Amino acid sequence: MITETQVATHEITVTVNGQPRSIEVEPRLLLVHFLREKLALTGTHVGCDTTSCGACTVLVDGVPIKSCTHFAVQVDGREVTTVEGLATGAELHPVQEGFKEEHGLQCGFCTPGMMLVSAALLDENPDPTEEEIRWALSGNVCRCTGYQNIVKAVQWAANKRKEES
Amino acid sequence: MTAVEGERTEWLGRSVKRKEDSRFIVGRGNYIEDIKLPNMLYMAILRSPFAHAKINSIDASAASELPGVVVVVTGELLAEHNLAWMPTLSGDTQAVLATDKVRMQGQEVACVIAEDPYVAHDALELIDVDYDPLPAVISPQAALDPTAPVIRDDKEGQADNKVYHWEAGDAEATQRAFDEADKVVRLATHYPRCHPAPLECCGCVADVNPATGKATIYMTSQAPHVHRTVFALVAGLPEQNIQIISPDIGGGFGNKVPVYPGYVVATAASLLLGRPVKWIEDRTGNLISTGFARDFYMDGELALKEDGTMTGLRVKMLSDQGYAYADAQPSKFKAGLFHIVTGSYDIPAAHVATEGAYTNKAPGGVAYRCSFRVTEASFFIERLVQTAAYELGIDPAELRRKNFIPPDKFPYTSATGFEYDSGNYEPALDQALERVGYQELREEQKRAREEGRLLGIGLASFTEVVGAGPSRQFDILGIKMFDSAELRIHPTGKAILKLGVKSQGQGHETTFAQIVAHELGIPPEDVTVQEGDTDNTPYGLGTYASRSTPTAGAATSMAARKVREKAKKLAAHLLEAAEEDLEWETGRFHVKGAPDRAKTIQEIAFAAYTDHPQGMEAGLEAVDYYDPPNMTYPFGTYAVVVEIDRGTGSWNVKKVVAVDDCGTRINPMIVEGQIMGGLAEGFGMAAMQLITFDEEGNCIGSNFLDYLLPGSWETPPFELGETVTPSPHHPIGAKGVGESATVGSPAAFVNAVIDALAHAGVRNIDMPMSPDKVWEALNEVGLAE
Repeated sequence: MITETQVATHEITVTVNGQPRSIEVEPRLLLVHFLREKLALTGTHVGCDTTSCGACTVLVDGVPIKSCTHFAVQVDGREVTTVEGLATGAELHPVQEGFKEEHGLQCGFCTPGMMLVSAALLDENPDPTEEEIRWALSGNVCRCTGYQNIVKAVQWAANKRKEES
Repeated sequence: MTAVEGERTEWLGRSVKRKEDSRFIVGRGNYIEDIKLPNMLYMAILRSPFAHAKINSIDASAASELPGVVVVVTGELLAEHNLAWMPTLSGDTQAVLATDKVRMQGQEVACVIAEDPYVAHDALELIDVDYDPLPAVISPQAALDPTAPVIRDDKEGQADNKVYHWEAGDAEATQRAFDEADKVVRLATHYPRCHPAPLECCGCVADVNPATGKATIYMTSQAPHVHRTVFALVAGLPEQNIQIISPDIGGGFGNKVPVYPGYVVATAASLLLGRPVKWIEDRTGNLISTGFARDFYMDGELALKEDGTMTGLRVKMLSDQGYAYADAQPSKFKAGLFHIVTGSYDIPAAHVATEGAYTNKAPGGVAYRCSFRVTEASFFIERLVQTAAYELGIDPAELRRKNFIPPDKFPYTSATGFEYDSGNYEPALDQALERVGYQELREEQKRAREEGRLLGIGLASFTEVVGAGPSRQFDILGIKMFDSAELRIHPTGKAILKLGVKSQGQGHETTFAQIVAHELGIPPEDVTVQEGDTDNTPYGLGTYASRSTPTAGAATSMAARKVREKAKKLAAHLLEAAEEDLEWETGRFHVKGAPDRAKTIQEIAFAAYTDHPQGMEAGLEAVDYYDPPNMTYPFGTYAVVVEIDRGTGSWNVKKVVAVDDCGTRINPMIVEGQIMGGLAEGFGMAAMQLITFDEEGNCIGSNFLDYLLPGSWETPPFELGETVTPSPHHPIGAKGVGESATVGSPAAFVNAVIDALAHAGVRNIDMPMSPDKVWEALNEVGLAE
């Protein structure tokens, strides 16, 4: 039962999409709420509350994590990338282009998480097989597309990166 | 102006990239949780832990005293304003907040309104509810037992748990068919309870302005206009003072058609407090309390001649409605459009009868990508036909072919009274068989059996009925099921199209702009599509039942044609020619025989505001409320190949072929996207999606750890094919496609698994076909390892 009303807060410093931010947070504040409510980065979505669906996926030091079951204080001193940080200025990330080109999204709710996982995959494995893509995305649920076009979107992005390098 | 025009422009059948994607891929969608208003409060819901219990008392004093809590709303408070109960879209009642009893686990008991969402959830733990648990009724069979407790004892005159009885077809003619049959084949199966589970849960931000009385309600609504009318009726607010805004929706699939208690309490609280109130449902709340789907027990028989000719069909259904009848379906159709159970077959006599029963479970029975019980009907006939094929020793593909409604019989009136607008079933079957390699697979299946492997080939040749619907038959709470479009062409030739429907991912901003482009030659990038704001769009019934293209899509065409009629008058004025001397080619009128003497639609639009003739009204716009003359009947054949592991009962999908005929395809990329999405959900239902309950009525499947959804790893790849049989009554021949694959594919997956075991006598495994159930079936016939 909650009876204490004065909760101790912690100041955390975290680099979000390249920008250092220092903010006082309650220790229980979830990372997803920190991003959405404190930093107004609403591209990160909550789909299930239980680490199952991946709509809340962000990158912490380049690694995909599910921000609905991560506390904000856990990212103190680290780098977080959200969907808002994927593009470089007006230039879209190849994964973003790929999702549009290959019709990898419909309602768009899972898309930020899907794209961040895909971006991390391509950083680690620039030329993944279909099986590797499907395995990498297996922690993220999409209810609209049936995944086939998401796989094609990642393949599109991989090809684009190859052409650019 | 004719309803159907044959001409096709470059804008039909073109895979235009989606306009809406530009915001979604950069994280700038605007979903319900993204809406933030000044001074906003947050609401959390306390739900019942019991499936059935008497409420003795609710003590909210400790919760009310928690700093940051503004108010705790209970049923008692709502009852003072006559708001403790509300109507469902099927004309029943449902509790907003429980007063006397709770009748399902997860029922809304109290709501905390607080300055902060975390505080609102803290306060839930401080509410003390004293319950007396009652026996829970968790199956419709038990509910109809005369000794069962009466669940809806709140309803005057309700002495049992019956919700409705409904029949269609001719019972006597059907009996005669069975009396004369050479062979009768029976199948009893349960289409289990599942949940649409859109990735975004439900929610709202209710903002009632105390100075003006205007209620602006942002909500996850597939049917904002209908919801506005319901709010006006429930809350007694003047309808013009209610504005429902449905922002970007993170998937709906039927789950966001009903009105839920959370919306009503948040609105009541905003009215009470004069501040905006936000409610965002959590996943457990979504899965255990909002519109579930299916839960239909079906027991039916097919009468046949020795040669396989089908002569009669009868089906009895028992529907588990939960504690309220809230299917959200057309008023005159108690069991939805189950009439379609005769499927693609020319069956001269049929009769169907349904009982609906109350149970201590969540209300719903919503059309989860299925156009009102069409999925259940299609599943049943496709499973029954497969069973008949084994019993008669006829190849399942050939038994289908033999009984298809022949193309020259359309329009075809089915034995249950539906008039199929069009169809040509054999080419779709042939294409599916060829693509899957049917003959070779049958040979391979024989060889596999000799080697001890279990290979199965499943087919489903479904026919759907979508696009509700003609006003003489279709209404929801009395509101006829038309839909609407308002098209306004501005001086520079750019257009805004406003619709009564509402996309939840279907891509309306792109496809409906393509319809305008097709009709007027204004390119899609110059057409902005607006939906989901009741102050700003014409009245319509919303998006579900694959109805947007058949209804609002038709309205868009008709509005554009009205615009073209006026444009013709303007062109005649500008070209100093008689109207009858003008000819339309996409995007411009020219004088017959003088193609250079022409005015483009953009030039005409400019003139509509700057140079219109004396006596003509300025402007270039039109509204159309489209009352479809009939439903549309998409169809197709799906083929699935599986191999079963005899050691574990798991089944591996080796191939899925889906050949769809949805009439004219406006944007093939989007059509194929919807088909693949539906196939994945059909696979999910066949393989894993299950909402079930223990004996006490505890919901098993209350989160995504228990309610399994197919992911990228499990979901097989799909191969798609198409045939095109345009709807004869739709302005551009389109039929609607969003639900075809969830209607057609579950039977194909189940038929494939059964086909692998049919030689050993296995005829049925209820969905979801989890490995343990399949292994038990294997074990029973001595095939388990």
